Amino acid sequence: MAASRLNRILTSSVFWRGVASIVVFLVLWELGARSKQWMAPEFFDPFKSLLGAMGFKKDYLPWIGVVPAPSAVLASWTEVLTSAGYWTSWYKSFFRVMGGFIAAMIVGIPFGLALAVSRTAYGTFFPTFEVLRPIPPLAWVPASIIFWPTQELSITFVTFLGAFYTIVINVLGGARSIDQRYFQAAQSMGSSRWDIFRRVILPGTLPSIVIGSAVGMGITWEVVVAAEMISGGGSQAAGTGGGLGFFIWNSYVGGSYEQIVVGMISIGIAGYFSSELLRTLGKYATPWLKVR
Amino acid sequence: MDLRAPEPRGGPAVTRGRILIDDVVKIYDPEGAAVMAVDHCSLDIAAGEICMIVGPSGCGKTTLLNAIAGFHDITSGTILLDGEVLCSKDKPKAEPGPDRIVVFQNGALFPWKTNLDNVVFGPVMQGKLGRREAVDKGRAMMADAGLAGVELNYPGEVSSGMRRRVEIVRALMNDPKVLLLDEPYRALDSLTKSVMHEALLEIYYRNKVTIFFITHDLEEAIFLGHKVAIMTTRPCKPKKVLTVDIPHPRDYGVLTSKRFRELIEETNDAVHEEALKAFQAGEKEG
Repeated sequence: MAASRLNRILTSSVFWRGVASIVVFLVLWELGARSKQWMAPEFFDPFKSLLGAMGFKKDYLPWIGVVPAPSAVLASWTEVLTSAGYWTSWYKSFFRVMGGFIAAMIVGIPFGLALAVSRTAYGTFFPTFEVLRPIPPLAWVPASIIFWPTQELSITFVTFLGAFYTIVINVLGGARSIDQRYFQAAQSMGSSRWDIFRRVILPGTLPSIVIGSAVGMGITWEVVVAAEMISGGGSQAAGTGGGLGFFIWNSYVGGSYEQIVVGMISIGIAGYFSSELLRTLGKYATPWLKVR
Repeated sequence: MDLRAPEPRGGPAVTRGRILIDDVVKIYDPEGAAVMAVDHCSLDIAAGEICMIVGPSGCGKTTLLNAIAGFHDITSGTILLDGEVLCSKDKPKAEPGPDRIVVFQNGALFPWKTNLDNVVFGPVMQGKLGRREAVDKGRAMMADAGLAGVELNYPGEVSSGMRRRVEIVRALMNDPKVLLLDEPYRALDSLTKSVMHEALLEIYYRNKVTIFFITHDLEEAIFLGHKVAIMTTRPCKPKKVLTVDIPHPRDYGVLTSKRFRELIEETNDAVHEEALKAFQAGEKEG
């Protein structure tokens, strides 16, 4: 089974087009990054003066010419892989994301359900919620630093906010869009209010909980990185690991451009795996959706 | 014309499930727009009878069904089930209950439960059967309805025709007095529909219950029903009540029989007239 699936992937044109796309991207990036070398000959002089006339640096291609080459990034990465600071950064960011995210689920799902089920809860809490919702989580960073005793808690709180609003809105919308017929059918067949909550509202909202969580998870990674950059990541000592956001910032301050890119890619990987994990869990939680 | 319903033939006589609709009026938004949906409607449906309600879409048939099921209230009149008041002027909304189960127009199987879990839902909820017994009974009834093999599939994994059958089995598992069907075959293609008609009759012959069946398809109505009530378009009340004297059990041979054609001819004008009225009134499909 597994072999035939692998075979199908290896013979599909979609797969190879994807591979080709990435290879071409890397090659162009490498070439662009080395533009200073291959633009040295006199042949390129007219082009260089054109660049100069446009206000760019003359010696290399704009933008891409200052980016470290993928080969250099890879070299720097293998170096960093053995340093404890890099892995502590991973661990710290991951911990903050998970802390904020899980807190957002624990608070957000019941809160969203309560808003959907109870008119009183909706009338009481939703207006305030809607007033606070448009405030971007990052705008909370300074306030959060003042509010919370430790920097760790401040950053986690900001990531919590990133996921919280999305989860609540999705749960509320999902619970509200459950078809009236399901309630009527359950009621006819002798369900109590609690039965209806447990057997209709909860499973009916589950797909929206999964979607809200996946979106919320994406936002927490965006937020944690920025929060770490702004707050200094909880560690002023360079290289000891203040989260991946701080890792990037620190690399920038230290002038190590390769490490900036290493940090960027690391966050991409972390975000991808977190979302993938949620997607997989979501599939197990909502097996009836696999056929649609 | 003899308005009494013939005794349903075959199997034991049915003694429960008589619905008496007496002078029912339903006005939506009585304080404001005051739209009359049902206008002094009276109809007597015998126990174990298949009563087909025919009328153009949006004529108010579903309003009547919702009143019996207990999903909506009525403005005045009375609906009795086996002599007991379901709803009246003093108690405008009936209590929904397992003695009256609706099979919905677009289906209401819980998509998050397997077909079998859907089927056992009612008896388990009501505490009538333990989960084990319910599963045994559910499997047996599904097998009888030609649904063996899809018990552990989700509704989304089987054809729409099968979903309808699962839903009817789910309804019958509650041992209802009345089955309320709201255009259940509307979304099906005509071939599937013809199979479903015979399947429904087969299920009916095994489990005699009163069937209140809404449709806008006259042929479907005469093929299935003991009684056919042709309704006027908004406001809704019986325009003509026809007793179908073709004996049960029926099969698809009936469709080409002389008597079937005669009955269609007898009623076609009435149905067409109402459809035309509905069309001119700009009633939208739905």
